[in-house]
Amino acid sequence: MSGVAAPAPAFTRLGTGVSAARKMKDRAFTVGLWVCGGLAMLPLLFIATYVIERGLKALSINFFLKTPGIPGQPGGGIAEAFVGTAIIVGIMAVIAVPLGLLTAVYLSEYGRGWFASTVRFVAEILLSTPSIVAGAFIWAVVVVRLGAFSGFAAALALCVLVWPIITRATEEVLRLVPQELREGALALGVPRWKVILRVVIPTAGAGIFTAIMLAMARGLGETAPVLLTALGNSFMTTNAFGPMDSLSLRVYVDAQSSYALDNVTAWAGAFCLLIIVLGLSIGARVIAARQLRRTR
Amino acid sequence: MNAVEVSGLNAWFGDHHVLKDVHMEAQSETVTAMIGPSGCGKSTLIRCLNRMHEEVRGARVTGKVLFNGTDVYAPDTDPVEVRRRIGMVFQRPNPFPTMSVMENAVAGLKLGSRLSKSELRQRGERALRRAGLWEEVKDRLDQPGGRLSGGQQQRLCVARALAVEPEVLLMDEPASALDPSSTLRIEELVEELKDSVTVIIVTHNMQQAARIADWTMFMLNGEVVEADSTEKIFTTPADQRTEDYVTGRFG
Repeated sequence: MSGVAAPAPAFTRLGTGVSAARKMKDRAFTVGLWVCGGLAMLPLLFIATYVIERGLKALSINFFLKTPGIPGQPGGGIAEAFVGTAIIVGIMAVIAVPLGLLTAVYLSEYGRGWFASTVRFVAEILLSTPSIVAGAFIWAVVVVRLGAFSGFAAALALCVLVWPIITRATEEVLRLVPQELREGALALGVPRWKVILRVVIPTAGAGIFTAIMLAMARGLGETAPVLLTALGNSFMTTNAFGPMDSLSLRVYVDAQSSYALDNVTAWAGAFCLLIIVLGLSIGARVIAARQLRRTR
Repeated sequence: MNAVEVSGLNAWFGDHHVLKDVHMEAQSETVTAMIGPSGCGKSTLIRCLNRMHEEVRGARVTGKVLFNGTDVYAPDTDPVEVRRRIGMVFQRPNPFPTMSVMENAVAGLKLGSRLSKSELRQRGERALRRAGLWEEVKDRLDQPGGRLSGGQQQRLCVARALAVEPEVLLMDEPASALDPSSTLRIEELVEELKDSVTVIIVTHNMQQAARIADWTMFMLNGEVVEADSTEKIFTTPADQRTEDYVTGRFG
């Protein structure tokens, strides 16, 4: 080889040398990808507009303040479903959030060997368990034993579904915390549990918060396990150990009703569910983004 | 007197035998530098001194590390206590992202002891002054530590380590991620610190070792080839391999 570099014909051909066929292919695939992206958004847009259009009509003060009342008569509401959902999801959160977080901390910070892999595997399986199976399980071990349908049993069924969600999502974000931060804190002579509590968890804070919010949203929308465990109730009740109503249950029942008025109420309920779930998801993202900005 | 004395130290990562029968000592209130090519075990050795080595999965150690006469690896020795008295600064600055500059400086005290707010603040200021950072950050103590420049972050990490008042400070290539002027600041800092603490520093930069260290040890393939006064190592080393390395013939 001579010392002088040969001219680089490859570069001078850039832009001019690409064949027409390749340009066509490029264009076809680009368009194809845009279309697929658009298609993916279509169902959500369709559902949202449909539910909003139908649901908004049925919203009134009574809808939020009254209970169903006499079937077929106007003026009823679904106040008991809001209260029921709040209580059921509240109990679920109180149980599932600490359990989920502790499991995640175990898996990410302490878990080694076969036991940790088993726990992770079981969480994975639970994650893909059909929700009605969780409902049936709690029906068999709680409802049958206690001899009563109850909001509490529904909360337990939701825990079975939501616990692995919180665990896996939190474990992922805990693993994202750089090892260097843990070592930095350990090297200061800080005990391991304090390193986890005061350095690792706060660093992953936004991600953990998002995981919890999304899990709440999931629990909120479940119907089948609640149907099998809380049964439903058209009267206002705050007794978590008796039959309870929930938003999703009310939508299910009203949608099947033979009264047109109930069907309208179902749409309104669906609208409320959609808004709450959307609010949780968006709220989680906003708070996560805000915390990220604060630390950068 | 020797602050640290290592004898018969072996270390592994899984099956990989990284340190082979290492002996070393570091005199009180001096600077000892560890030099050697990449992968020779310098970082592993320094991490064995405050029991950070065992934090890596599959890592194992045998042998003795005496710190002021007591064995760091004795069964009844608490690694938390060891690390409080033997501080460490890492290769990459690692301030805690959720904490402010001041909170970072006192993190070890805050999480490791019960001190009043004013006491914490005082100790934090003292540590930041010792690390030569106070003048630069005194007006933004409440800002996140991650917003400082790389060099400032590293000095914040030095301050954080000093706040706990360790007797020995381990530095694992503390300047390798920094620009030349920040490197100079770290070197000046080491010079100042050796009046009050024993410094053991790993470095890839031989000029740096020559500038700041009283004692230098040369490592190769997990063994200590030669340890002597820095002058001796860099001018009349006893071992041919040391001479080849410090004159730049390999590594």
